[in-house]
Amino acid sequence: MTASTPAAPPTTTPAPAVPRFEPALMRRKLTGTIFYGACLASIGVLLLALVFLLIDVFSRGLPWLDLDFVSGVPSRRPERAGILPALVGSFQVAMFVALFSFPIGVAAAIYLTEYARDNRFNRLLQTNISNLAGVPSIIYGILGLALFVRLLGLGPTSLAAGLTMTLLILPIVIVASIEALKAVPDAQREGAYALGATRWQMVRRSIFPAAAPGIMTGLILAMARAIGEAAPLLLIGASVFVTFLPNPIEGSYTVLPIQVYQWSSRPQADFQGISAAAIIVILALMLALNGLALIVRARLARHIHW
Amino acid sequence: MSTQLEEVPTGQVAPDGPSPTIRIAPFPAAPDPGAAATAGAAAAAPDYVVELQDVSCYYGAFRAVRNVDIQVARNAITALIGPSGCGKSTLLRTINRMNDLVPSYRSEGRILLDGQDLFDRSVDPVAVRRRVGMVFQKPNPFPKTVFDNVAFGPRINGYKGDIHELVERSLRRAALWDDVKDKLRQSGMSLSGGQQQRLCIARTIAVDPEVILMDEPCSALDPRSTLQIEELMAELRREYTIVIVTHNMQQAARASDTTVFMTMGEDRAGFVVETGPTAQIFTNPRNQLTEDYVSGRFG
Repeated sequence: MTASTPAAPPTTTPAPAVPRFEPALMRRKLTGTIFYGACLASIGVLLLALVFLLIDVFSRGLPWLDLDFVSGVPSRRPERAGILPALVGSFQVAMFVALFSFPIGVAAAIYLTEYARDNRFNRLLQTNISNLAGVPSIIYGILGLALFVRLLGLGPTSLAAGLTMTLLILPIVIVASIEALKAVPDAQREGAYALGATRWQMVRRSIFPAAAPGIMTGLILAMARAIGEAAPLLLIGASVFVTFLPNPIEGSYTVLPIQVYQWSSRPQADFQGISAAAIIVILALMLALNGLALIVRARLARHIHW
Repeated sequence: MSTQLEEVPTGQVAPDGPSPTIRIAPFPAAPDPGAAATAGAAAAAPDYVVELQDVSCYYGAFRAVRNVDIQVARNAITALIGPSGCGKSTLLRTINRMNDLVPSYRSEGRILLDGQDLFDRSVDPVAVRRRVGMVFQKPNPFPKTVFDNVAFGPRINGYKGDIHELVERSLRRAALWDDVKDKLRQSGMSLSGGQQQRLCIARTIAVDPEVILMDEPCSALDPRSTLQIEELMAELRREYTIVIVTHNMQQAARASDTTVFMTMGEDRAGFVVETGPTAQIFTNPRNQLTEDYVSGRFG
């Protein structure tokens, strides 16, 4: 290091001032190996946690899981209890969430990326939408209680729950959709414009199809979150004991996470068991939803030929 | 041929030499009447599809191009050459009002397409872009099939005829049909770079434009594909009018009929130095700046 500094003044002609390299190849390779090991260990921790969780849940819940459990209604006696009302309730909420959050979320994202001018207000808007994704879900419960249950008079129904969950996941849907739309190169926009496309035609025929798989992925992940949430629904009146199939717009309802919560808080070991069984059902539901996402994504991607 | 020379040479260059770095001076009437008069006198003979009259382009307060007059002859290839940043692409993207999409952009002057001012309030840029097509620097096929790429423009413009026939005809005209006739259902993105660019040309001619603008269409291509595009341009010239921006002077020399040399002044605003038949620009330029550039001493 000291040798290289005085060599600076270019007094002599081309040849001299050969920089000296210290390759230290072994040390550089070792650093790489250590980092690789750290990454592998991180994945290991994650996998281990998952495996333990699955083993625990399955070992407790599997003995209780049978067709009667899935098709039965809750009961005071664990051996006769079932989860059909909660399952149907979860489905209803999920349907409402999909129905509302997809059009609103995607339209908002299209507005922000394709229509809104790039000014301070719109940047502020985007930042705040991202922030909304980090608001604790219980807050959305309070909002849903005030807005949908009371003000709009929907009462404690799965419709109100679906609307509340829509608010909860809209930021996620919007942010994911914005990312998917922004990932489409501007050259695609120019290509469409150069052929005489209007802005709407450009969005509809060029940008949206290209972004659709990414948008779908975001939507499905958001849906999974909505199905797994319990906290906001506790506030907006999801009942804990429903022995009939819920009517989406009238009367009480419950959802799977609430059912799990209710059973797991009981002292009897058998209730812990059926609680674990219900968790297995939720996991299966999530898996099915993700599978659906893969299929939809693949179908949409069939029309896209990157 | 020589009729296209009047507007520029000394009159435009001289004011730049002393560099009157005027920012927001519209240069209202001073150079214009003369240029318009000579253009009017000359217009009788050759057939101009596009005429740029005293066009200046601005990005916000920055003037990127100033007081440009260019006449584009029908069924000919006009090449815009000049150093990087002299506003060639800006000018090109002004002709089909593509730059209207840039928020801070605005332009002055007149661009006549078949005598109609494209800047007129009654003119819809969307309609302009169908009549003045554009091929970009980097091939940008849509992530759709080869067929759908070509059919895109006709479909959005409400084409009523036989779309299959039109797609085939466009691909044939773009000298791509033999390459892709068995791959019409494959992705346009799966083609080679040169094929992608010819696909983009096929896509452009499918909406039957009058003028095709090409913004350095070969800069991302290998020499072989470049040659194919140049041969294609020579072929297309029979039916279309082509304006091409190129950094490749050999390309301008080989492939164009008329060459417009642009450079920029000290205020970084691009302007036209010299316009003339390509052979003359490259062998016997009238302006020293042009000579320095085409002989490789500058730029």
